[in-house]
Amino acid sequence: METIVFSLLNGMIYGLLLFMLSSGLTLIFSMMGILNFAHASFYMLGAYFAYTIMGVTNFWLALFLAPVLAGGVGMLVERWGLRRVHVNGHVAELLFTFGLAYLIDEVVRIIWGRNAVNYKVPEALDFTLFTLYGSNYPAYRIFILFVAVFMLVSLWYLLKRTRIGLIIQAALTHPHMVGHLGHNVPLVFMSVFGAGCALAGLAGVIGGNYFITDPAMAVQMGPIVFVVVVVGGLGSLEGAFLAAMLIGILQTSAVSINASFSDIFGFLGLTASSELGRITVAQLAPTLPFLLLVLVLIARPRGLMGEREV
Amino acid sequence: MSHVQRNVEPMLKVENLHAYYGKSHVLQGVNMEIAPGEVVALLGRNGVGRSTTAKAIMGEVPPKGQILFKGQRISGLPSHRIAHLGLGYVPENRDIFPAMTVRQNLILGIKNMQNTGRWNIEQMLDMFPNLKARADTAAGVLSGGEKQMLTICRTLMGDPDLIIIDEPTEGLAPKIVQQVGDLIATIAKAGVSILLVEQKLSIALRIADKVYVMGHGEIVYEGSPQEFLDRSDIRKEWLEV
Repeated sequence: METIVFSLLNGMIYGLLLFMLSSGLTLIFSMMGILNFAHASFYMLGAYFAYTIMGVTNFWLALFLAPVLAGGVGMLVERWGLRRVHVNGHVAELLFTFGLAYLIDEVVRIIWGRNAVNYKVPEALDFTLFTLYGSNYPAYRIFILFVAVFMLVSLWYLLKRTRIGLIIQAALTHPHMVGHLGHNVPLVFMSVFGAGCALAGLAGVIGGNYFITDPAMAVQMGPIVFVVVVVGGLGSLEGAFLAAMLIGILQTSAVSINASFSDIFGFLGLTASSELGRITVAQLAPTLPFLLLVLVLIARPRGLMGEREV
Repeated sequence: MSHVQRNVEPMLKVENLHAYYGKSHVLQGVNMEIAPGEVVALLGRNGVGRSTTAKAIMGEVPPKGQILFKGQRISGLPSHRIAHLGLGYVPENRDIFPAMTVRQNLILGIKNMQNTGRWNIEQMLDMFPNLKARADTAAGVLSGGEKQMLTICRTLMGDPDLIIIDEPTEGLAPKIVQQVGDLIATIAKAGVSILLVEQKLSIALRIADKVYVMGHGEIVYEGSPQEFLDRSDIRKEWLEV
């Protein structure tokens, strides 16, 4: 019972972080028609920006400023980079974001070094919130939960309940017509790209100290965010949410299961000393998102809620 | 019609307009003028460049030549700037936003939420009971005729001074064609200039103040509907199949 409750809670938090990253990525996909390889780099930038800002001032200012900075970098990238590359087609755009991911990686290494930086949970949030079944639960995780839910509700409200949200949704699918109706579509695109990067940055700010802030964090997070977006269905926010929660909870739960193959398949004669029998479910956890990706692509090429083929 | 103001600066003046699709020279020097309050029909067979003329004016096809709207050069301007000058465009593909409701489609046509000018949403819905009944349903389920009404109404929500309507009656049943004609007549009565790209002579001659006939990428005839009716030679050479 204890394992289930904690796995669910931690899985939800991880899932919400994944959604924060994948919501931006899936919106940007709807807009450009390609997946932005550099998206997780903005997650990394958010964490590093927060680390530096926190060193000078405090965490609360970093929580606000770091995503704004990451979003600003994103807007510059769209305005002076992608928009120019766009006219040369999808392959050029894809290569551009690929190069950008490596560029940001290297720049981060040059500025902040090759090793992990000491980006810590702020003291004000570094305490035990409650004790359940004899285990302490850190307050910071619940803080992540609150920030993520607040962001999610704001995003949903903006997109579904405001005129700006209508313009954004229409511009993603019918950019020419929306322009003829008098809306500044290039500005909408720049803002969507910037907002997507800012969301990734926010995930970095609250995730960087929960996990670890090092130059490899983008490379580690990138593929999983891709999986979320493809499993959820390209361009679908609802799908991304579903997939993020699914993968978050699945992976977190698997990590906490210590049973090995010999325990599960012992009746088949598998022993703990054999190569297969030694493998534990926890060890398999990192493969689960990719297994899910492969299975979904075979059974449902559009993803859980997607409208277009991958 | 009486409200046409010919003695003032034209609403739209197109001079020596050329446009290309790749190497194909589609528009070969189009000249036309639309006065404030004037309804102009642009006739011609399929493929002579009527829609391309509309697209070139709106900047969707790169134009070469002079396009003046209210005296201002608009070639090369981004489409939202052209729209804000008061030029509305209803493309031939009935580009509604299918996932949004009828009402949301209309809201998206508004450029200035504080002042929607000559038109408002309730008045539009009152004009079309079919749209009103489905105001809160996804626009994707509307019939072809209803979609056409919606695209025109949506553009009107931006209060244009000139509206370019491309092939509004294509593929519609005769009864619906009549309704589209009524709507265009209503727009004209409100003092909005109209450039109507059409193939059906009946609707064009009913509401137009001036007729242009296009052939091979240029204007081959210009005249009033009355004059045009007497020119069976023009009709035979450039319109009849």
